[in-house]
Amino acid sequence: MTTALQKVFDRPVSLKDVQTHFCPGCQHGTIHRLVAEALDHFAVQERTIGVASVGCSVFLYGYFDVDVVEAPHGRAPAVATGVKRVHPDKIVFTYQGDGDLAAIGTSEIIHAANRGEGMTVIFVNNTTYGMTGGQMAPTTLPQQKTSTSPSGRNVQTDGYPIRMAELLAVLDGTAYSTRVAVNSPKNVLQAGKAIRRAFQYQVESQGFAFVEVLSACPTNWGMNPLKANERVGSEMIPYFQLGTFKDVEKTF
Amino acid sequence: MQKRLFVKGNEAVAMGAVEAGCRYYFGYPITPQSDIPEYMSRELPKVGGTFIQAESEIASINMLLGASASGARAMTSSSSPGISLKQEGISYMAGSELPGLIVNISRSGPGLGGIDASQADYFQAVKGGGHGGYRLIVLAPYSVQEMYDLTILAFDLSDRYRIPAMLLGDSVIGQMKEALIPHPYHPPADLPAKPWAVTGKLGRSDQRIVKSLYLGDGELEAHNWRLHEKYRLLGEQEVRSEAVDVEDAALIVTAFGSTARIARTAVRMAREAGLRVGLFRPITLYPFPEAALRQMTEGCKKVLCIELNAGQMVEDVRLSVARDAEVRFYGRPPGAGSLPTPEELCAQIRKHYEA
Repeated sequence: MTTALQKVFDRPVSLKDVQTHFCPGCQHGTIHRLVAEALDHFAVQERTIGVASVGCSVFLYGYFDVDVVEAPHGRAPAVATGVKRVHPDKIVFTYQGDGDLAAIGTSEIIHAANRGEGMTVIFVNNTTYGMTGGQMAPTTLPQQKTSTSPSGRNVQTDGYPIRMAELLAVLDGTAYSTRVAVNSPKNVLQAGKAIRRAFQYQVESQGFAFVEVLSACPTNWGMNPLKANERVGSEMIPYFQLGTFKDVEKTF
Repeated sequence: MQKRLFVKGNEAVAMGAVEAGCRYYFGYPITPQSDIPEYMSRELPKVGGTFIQAESEIASINMLLGASASGARAMTSSSSPGISLKQEGISYMAGSELPGLIVNISRSGPGLGGIDASQADYFQAVKGGGHGGYRLIVLAPYSVQEMYDLTILAFDLSDRYRIPAMLLGDSVIGQMKEALIPHPYHPPADLPAKPWAVTGKLGRSDQRIVKSLYLGDGELEAHNWRLHEKYRLLGEQEVRSEAVDVEDAALIVTAFGSTARIARTAVRMAREAGLRVGLFRPITLYPFPEAALRQMTEGCKKVLCIELNAGQMVEDVRLSVARDAEVRFYGRPPGAGSLPTPEELCAQIRKHYEA
């Protein structure tokens, strides 16, 4: 009797065989992999165009083996609109942080969603501006200390964290809006499913799909990777409720 | 016989763009250029094109960035305050070496200013406008026919050099109506392909990246030297200007756009009155026709620069004229409310001619 070895785990072909530059404990690597797995799942690597935003995710082209356009800060949904209108048959996605999407780029994301642009938006929420060194973001939690809220975010003067997945779900142009986290194996699997579904909307030409991913930033939170990961579960998820807020397509 | 139409300058721009194969328009309404998006919203769908009225000028320039990066001929248009908003995207397009047409049917400022004609966006158009030390191809039409012809030229130059192009008109040239012969467009046979455009990797092994971020040691400097070499090449190969009656001129008037149109009449009036006067009109504001102006002013003692602003192009004129020529200036800052009359300019010509 012969024993055939079966490969059960491999690098997605949509992901390059390189080491990431991200900080220890950062979860961009995990989220990159989930996006790449979704591209592989639908076998669309060769017809995918990524739009990179400003911040830690700008190096999209260094990790994804797909064509990539770089967008100015916050403008990725507008750039992706231009790309998608020229290439309606291609898979177009943006990958944006919370400072990018929920502050400087709120106008672009709301209107791209409202137009029902056929794109997939991966929104990484780690409650801070990562690359610029941990300043207060629109998603920074109440009382959270950052380099520009040294006494903790005061909602009376700084306003409240913005819940983007809920906010976009109310727009008629949004087809799919969900929030997931990557702080546990179970949640990573759930996040993978959500990201796959968000791309399925595009594969099936069904409109605007949005996935908010709660993620850790150990460096800027001043925590070790394990503590930072725990914070996602203990502080972020209670405020940013996981779940799907809109999913208009029932047939797939 | 070719058809002859009676159209607005703004319509001529839109017609030229469609004729040149532009199939993507992204814009936001602002006076006095809204005829352009209105025309595009009506006509582009008929030729399989796409019109998007964006949520802002910022979004529209970035849609242009995305469409250009995708390999399409695309454009946006606006007027002065809207062009200011677009500067971020224009800088990124310049840094990413993306073609694309940006039309500025300018009005008066600063700030909200007014909607009357002004040429006070000259600095912004030719000196960079956004951050980082870049240049655009800037073309200045002075007739409705040129609004059409230079729009087509702008697309070709922009594609050839991978550089954003700006058509700089103003509210007078955009809103006035006159005859237009819409010549059919024949793409130059040597127009380069776009092997850099993102299309998805299908059928190729290389990944295409459109970017303006260069963090590696020396990478950005090398990139910028390359951009500046391109600007030098433009100055060598793509300078355009027009000269009228300059051969024996004792005074040469310099003016661009709508002001040049009036100056031309004023120069003719001065000639009829026996003054040896000529007109030099830059058509490319960047690259500025330095060599042509220098050569032309070698035998001429005086240059009078006329602009509808408090003095902007005059700086480039001063840098370009022959050493012995004396540069004078006549202009009015934004808010003048009307263009100068030929009589007014003729009186200025006479004044500077005699003194």
